[in-house]
Formats: sequence, structure tokens, C-alpha cells
Amino acid sequence: MKPKSQRLIILFFFLTLLGLSTFLVLKSLEDNIVYFYSPTDINKKILSNEIDLSKRIRIGGLVKENSILKEGKKISFKIHDGIDEILVIYNGILPDLFREEQGIVALGKIENKKFSAIEILAKHDENYMPKEVSDMLKKNGKWKGKLK
Amino acid sequence: MINYLANPNRFLNFIKPIEFSIGVFSFLFIFIGLYLSLFNSPEDYQQGDTVRIMYIHVPFAWFASFLYLSISIASIFFLIWRHPFADIIARSAAPLGLIFSILTILTGSLWGKPMWGTWWVWDARLTSMLILCIFYFAYIGISNAFPRKIDGSKPAAILAIVGMVNLPIIKFSVDWWNTLHQPASIIRFDGPSINQEMLLPLVIMLLGFLFMSIFIILINIKTNLIYKKYQSEILKLGWLDV
Repeated sequence: MKPKSQRLIILFFFLTLLGLSTFLVLKSLEDNIVYFYSPTDINKKILSNEIDLSKRIRIGGLVKENSILKEGKKISFKIHDGIDEILVIYNGILPDLFREEQGIVALGKIENKKFSAIEILAKHDENYMPKEVSDMLKKNGKWKGKLK
Repeated sequence: MINYLANPNRFLNFIKPIEFSIGVFSFLFIFIGLYLSLFNSPEDYQQGDTVRIMYIHVPFAWFASFLYLSISIASIFFLIWRHPFADIIARSAAPLGLIFSILTILTGSLWGKPMWGTWWVWDARLTSMLILCIFYFAYIGISNAFPRKIDGSKPAAILAIVGMVNLPIIKFSVDWWNTLHQPASIIRFDGPSINQEMLLPLVIMLLGFLFMSIFIILINIKTNLIYKKYQSEILKLGWLDV
């Protein structure tokens, strides 16, 4: 065999092994790589006791309609993922994008089945359009986004 | 064609007449693209004026990844076919890619503060981009670590190929895991989810970045070729102790 094709084969094996090992590492670390849990994930984990309640975690989902309650600086609202929901309590400054049906990520702990958050981040989606277009889509009933 | 141009002298002769126009193109596209994105494109329905950061953030991110892909492909050519010119191309693209990856993180950070409410989070997309930046640092470090530069080429090429696994992770991180970063807007199954009025300036910026990258890399290639000649002359004279 020519040294050239030998090197090619070695490289091919090397890359396959590298890809495979990376895949396995990422797969086993999945729980750490995931930035937040959805309400469905978290309720399942609470039921099966898979979660350390004394540890801070992140949960993410959409702010449920008509669930925002403000009392001075204290705020409570529900986030949902279409299947399950969880009540969040927060005391602090909200990001500008915070509103009903907006995706958010909250950092905090679970206390008595409620999520008490110490930080709230807003998530924006992958749709970009001018305001006139989004208004028109909503008027024509062709709006596919979750935002109202 | 590739074999023909792989000879440095023929390559230099080939690029001489087109080099200047590539520079002009890059300037024109970026100039028009910046004008459109800053003054003549609509505000986003969610993000308002902040969306304008996208027009530089996306090109930086795309070309940081794309240049890394070029470096690793050139490194494969160098390792298997032992072609010295492939090594020169890889070395010439690295500094620009490093700058792009740093600027991706900086512009993203400036965008993240007003929109997300934070400068930085350890989510999969942001972390994999940081790893790309570290790979660039490592590549540049290793390839220049020896008194005779050529001694660093092989280890650097191996490193570049190892780093290649990070590229699909960057691209698909937003689909594989929950991230704070948004999913893909442009390259996706059902077509771009960006309104046309906003897509146009972005595409013009991307073209401008393409020409700019080629232009700067060509300058680097010329510099590296001259440096190589100079080092071999010095070696012949025995001025360098290696």
C-alpha cells in the first residue's frame, strides 16, 4: 500500500473514533449540557425523586396567559410548555421581553412545588420580521408564533 | 486546477490581477450592507432596534466556523498529501478566524445583555463557540511554537482536525439541547424564518465578509510565502541554530 493511502485510512479511523467518543461523551453529559428543564421534565423528575431539591436549577417555558400577578416588587406567574406547567415566584427586575407567551428561563430552587426564582432571562425565538408584518399576520389569522 | 495553483509562484501570478478587485468588492458589499442594516431595514417586532446587531453577529459567527472548516480541510490535505502549500493556507486563515470568533462572542454578549438580560450564560451554543475560540488559540500557538516554523505544522494540523468535531456541535447545539440561544433562522428545513427585508442586508453582509476573508487571507498567504523563503535562506547561511 502506498504511504498516502495508508495515511488516509489512519485518518479515517481516527476521525470515526473521535466522532464516536465525542458522541458518547455528549450523550452521557446530556443532563449537564441542557441549559434548562421544561415544566414537564421537572415535574417528572420531582415525582421520581431524580432531583436534588437543595440545588439551584434552571427551568424554561412560556409565560402562561392571565397568570401574571404583581404585588409591589413581588411577582408570580406560571410557565408552561404546552403539556405541563409550574408556578414561579420572583422578586426582582424582569427583562424587557417579559410578557405573556414569551419564552423565559428562570434560575432558582423548588420549594413546596413552587419555583422560587432568583434570576429571570428572556428567550427570543428564531423569527425576525418588521412590526407591520407581524400585525398583518395576526390580523389575517396566519400568525404561527406563540406570542400574542 | 488545484494542482496547477498549488505551486506558490503560479498562485501568486494568478491572484495578482484579481486581488485588488476582491478588496474593492469586500469594501463595497460591507459598506452597502452596513448602510442597509443600520439605516434602511425595519425594526424587529420583538427586539426593536437591537436586531441590528444580528447583521454583524451572524457574519462573524458564520465565518469563524467556516474558516475553521477551511483550516481543517487544508490540514487534511497537508497531512495526507504532505503538500506544504496547504499548510501555508491553513496558517494564513487562522488569525482571521480567531478574531472572528472573539468578535462573535463580544457582539453576542452586547446583544445578550439587552435581550436576554445577561452578558453570558453557559449554554451549549455559547460554550461550543468559546471552545472554537480556544481551538484557534491552540492552533496558532502550536503552529508557531518551534524555532523552525515548519516543525509546528504537523502537530497543529492534527489539532485542527481534532477540533473539527466541534463544528457540527456548534451548528446543531441549539437543536440537540435546550439553550438560551435561539434556534437557526437561515439554514433550516422550512426555509429562512427571517423577513425578506431583513434577509437582504444580512446576505449582502455575508458576501462582503466572504470577499473580506479571501482578501485578508491572500495577503497573509503572500506574507507567509515570503517569510518561508527568508527562513530557508537563513537556514542555508547557517544563521539559525536548530
